[in-house]
Amino acid sequence: MARLVVLGGGVAGHTAATFAADWLGKDHEVVVVTPNSKWNWIPSNIWVGVGEMSKEEVTFDLAPVYEKAGITYKQAKAVSINPEGSAKKAKPFVTIEYTGQGKAGHSDEIEYDYLINATGPKLNFGATPGLGEGSNLGQHTVSVCTADHAEHASHELTKIMDKMRKGQRQKILIGTGHGMCTCQGAAFEYIFNVEHEIRKAGLRDMADIQWISNESFMGDFGMGGLHMNVGGYVVSSRIFTESLFAERGVSYITGAHVNKVEKGKVHYELLDGSMGEESFDFSMLIPPFAGVGLKAYNKAGDDITDTVFAPNGFMKVDADYSPKAYEDWKASDWPRTYQNPTYKNMFAAGIAFAPPHIISKPAKSVNGTVINPTPPRTGMPSGIIGKAVAHSICDLIKKGPDAHLHEASMAEMGAACVASAGKGWLDGQAAAMTVYPVVPDYDKYPGTGRDTDYTFGEIGLAGHWIKHILHYLFIYKAKLKPFWKVIPE
Amino acid sequence: MAVKPEEFNFAKNDQFKTAMIPGKFARAMRTCKIWQFVRFVIINLKMLVVVSKSH
Repeated sequence: MARLVVLGGGVAGHTAATFAADWLGKDHEVVVVTPNSKWNWIPSNIWVGVGEMSKEEVTFDLAPVYEKAGITYKQAKAVSINPEGSAKKAKPFVTIEYTGQGKAGHSDEIEYDYLINATGPKLNFGATPGLGEGSNLGQHTVSVCTADHAEHASHELTKIMDKMRKGQRQKILIGTGHGMCTCQGAAFEYIFNVEHEIRKAGLRDMADIQWISNESFMGDFGMGGLHMNVGGYVVSSRIFTESLFAERGVSYITGAHVNKVEKGKVHYELLDGSMGEESFDFSMLIPPFAGVGLKAYNKAGDDITDTVFAPNGFMKVDADYSPKAYEDWKASDWPRTYQNPTYKNMFAAGIAFAPPHIISKPAKSVNGTVINPTPPRTGMPSGIIGKAVAHSICDLIKKGPDAHLHEASMAEMGAACVASAGKGWLDGQAAAMTVYPVVPDYDKYPGTGRDTDYTFGEIGLAGHWIKHILHYLFIYKAKLKPFWKVIPE
Repeated sequence: MAVKPEEFNFAKNDQFKTAMIPGKFARAMRTCKIWQFVRFVIINLKMLVVVSKSH
């Protein structure tokens, strides 16, 4: 019997674990280690953040689902990996620290034959003074990164809307809280959902709404922007995005590294080196992501974290990490199998793998501060990578070490993205987009880097219907209800 | 005479002057249930093509 240990129970980890358990059956064991007791459909957190959904509607208990799937569930956080075992243990193992199941604070060592690192990110609030401490949200701003954060954001939003009703004008600031953030899409969705709710309440004239982002131009989204086929034109996402901001009356600051947050005020540096301040009554700023801080040790107990992980804490996989100039970046730099190059029984999926470089054009302020978005690896790509990795490991277990590994390069995969701009079955709107491939391939598509036959976008009520249906569909799939496997990632 | 919403928005901010702002017809079509049902079907089909190319 082989044992597969999956670290993390988010989109990538949950997908990998549930498919692996299904494919491997009872002959082998799948163990999931995640510090959370609940699964969270994160894309709907923005609706919790404006009070349009409850926390319970976007989460469910993991334990009964894993029990049904025959998966061993450890509510714990992974602390370190010993890929060679140790002086006392011949097999590789993971050291975990329980966060629940009545064993909180206790440590354990879980041996494995294969390991998937799908821990997701550490929400690195501590990277910006005043935004938070370590991975904990601070007191000056709100967040929609977790369901609990989103619920808190909703309460704070209600407070400022009450002030608007009393005639007090309010300033709202939403965007990214550091120069190296990713996930601009979540902030984009939140700002337009907030605007929609305020407009619906008849309070739009009482709110000044401002966007602040580390993107060098509007519509970059950490992907260097995209050219979409819209109405017979190939249009930059910049046009598309600026149009929505102008239509909704939301002003914007781009190329901004937020370097300090205080009560009611952020300080930032722009790409031109100038410094600025922006006041706010309500602010949601996305933190930068980092690896969760897993350590790695060899058999002798020496620290080999640098061998297994990149400096940002994400796991090294089969990508080309050699330093290159932007002009020399290739689609082929991106990983295909997500196998760790040193320890072949370890894989990484979702946000946990170290990308070879960013996707957007690198940018620094004249003061030398790096201000550019890091690559998105969430949603559909996370699910597809999780499934491909699970498939590879199942084949390695069943067919032996020479089995062909399954591939899921982000430079050869597309993504469908639906960004909500307001919730409502009759008056909601969302930008429905597809991009193909996620990582541009300028050898194949020298102009835009992407296939404009399959890269399109439009905004409307239909997009909202799709996003709302996907909410139910993916929670249904994650709960492993009948026919869950036919729902694509 | 009532000011068109796009006139109001163009004037609101220098950033918006060069933006493409939808007019009355485009805005109406975005929430027109019949047209949006057609778009719903088309967008889903397009997404399914991209999803199938990615698996």
